[in-house]
Amino acid sequence: MKRLWRWLIPLAALPVLALLAYGFRVNPRDIPSPLVGRAAPSFTLQTLDGAPLSLEAHRGKVVVVNFWASWCYPACYEEAPILERNWRAYRDRDVVVLGVDIQDTREAAEKFIRDFGLTFPNARDLKGTVSVDYGVYGVPETFFLDRQGRIRVKHVSAVTDEVFRATVDRLLSEPRTP
Amino acid sequence: MSRGWIRLVASVVLLGAAVSPVTAQPKPVSEETVHEVAAQLRCVVCQNLSVADSPSEMASQMRAIVRERLTAGESPGDVQRFFVERYGEWILLAPPRRGFNLLVWFLPLVAVGPVHRRGRKSPVSFDPQFRPAPSPSGKAEVCKTAILVWRWTHGRRGARPTPVDVDPAMSERIRREVESGS
Repeated sequence: MKRLWRWLIPLAALPVLALLAYGFRVNPRDIPSPLVGRAAPSFTLQTLDGAPLSLEAHRGKVVVVNFWASWCYPACYEEAPILERNWRAYRDRDVVVLGVDIQDTREAAEKFIRDFGLTFPNARDLKGTVSVDYGVYGVPETFFLDRQGRIRVKHVSAVTDEVFRATVDRLLSEPRTP
Repeated sequence: MSRGWIRLVASVVLLGAAVSPVTAQPKPVSEETVHEVAAQLRCVVCQNLSVADSPSEMASQMRAIVRERLTAGESPGDVQRFFVERYGEWILLAPPRRGFNLLVWFLPLVAVGPVHRRGRKSPVSFDPQFRPAPSPSGKAEVCKTAILVWRWTHGRRGARPTPVDVDPAMSERIRREVESGS
């Protein structure tokens, strides 16, 4: 009996160790968002130029909502030119990129936009309400919305040309009505 | 007469000053309640900190949302659901006690149960301070498991671990303590 216990206790630790081993192998940033597949929360913000920025105004288009911050280095710096490049390439095909700057100062955000020559609308989420509505827990995070206004893909970390094109092309190829 | 007027005016002013902060900014929700709700939510930009404890801007914004929603008449449960709908159950510092999560709550009890029973089978002592010391063999098993885990996690990279510079007196002390089982 004593011999059995001697082995049973270390054996009982095995499932826990297996769970830990599994946990260490997965990317901790890949937390599944409950929002994927659901209607994107609507928002109305003000762009840094003072114009209203509303998600509702872009219903029927493929919308790319990108959360960023000027202090988010290097990922936001890597993806800014990619977002600008693809926005220019796709803007005539009913695709819009909306930038939401979070936890940032106005000056730093304006400098960032100026430095990268961003021409897509960018607004500051001053109270963090839009970030929380989208379940954002870091920057950069990018949400790809289909024409029906549903969140289809949540991309954590810098967006690449491949991710942008593949996702947007797929959403564009879908029929306009569900 | 004039002194009476002065007193009257002064008392009205003082009373007004004392009452106005309360009437101008009603506080239907106490900070304690906000803290209680925020303490159950994970700060999304921190490591193992609650929204109540984190000094980050994000946590401060989340606290403001908690306060706003409670003030609007939502229950603490409603506010919790609001965050779970957006972040998933990951946002809760304590997993809800249902489904697969029950394992997290009860597995430690299942694991500790047999050890506890085993402890009770140790020689009976009437000394209330008596705590049966784990047998050296049990300790050896724990050490073996620790070594296995260490090898498993470190050996994967293929590089041999560099020897750690440990004070010989300290290592001798550790060895004696492990051997004596104290």
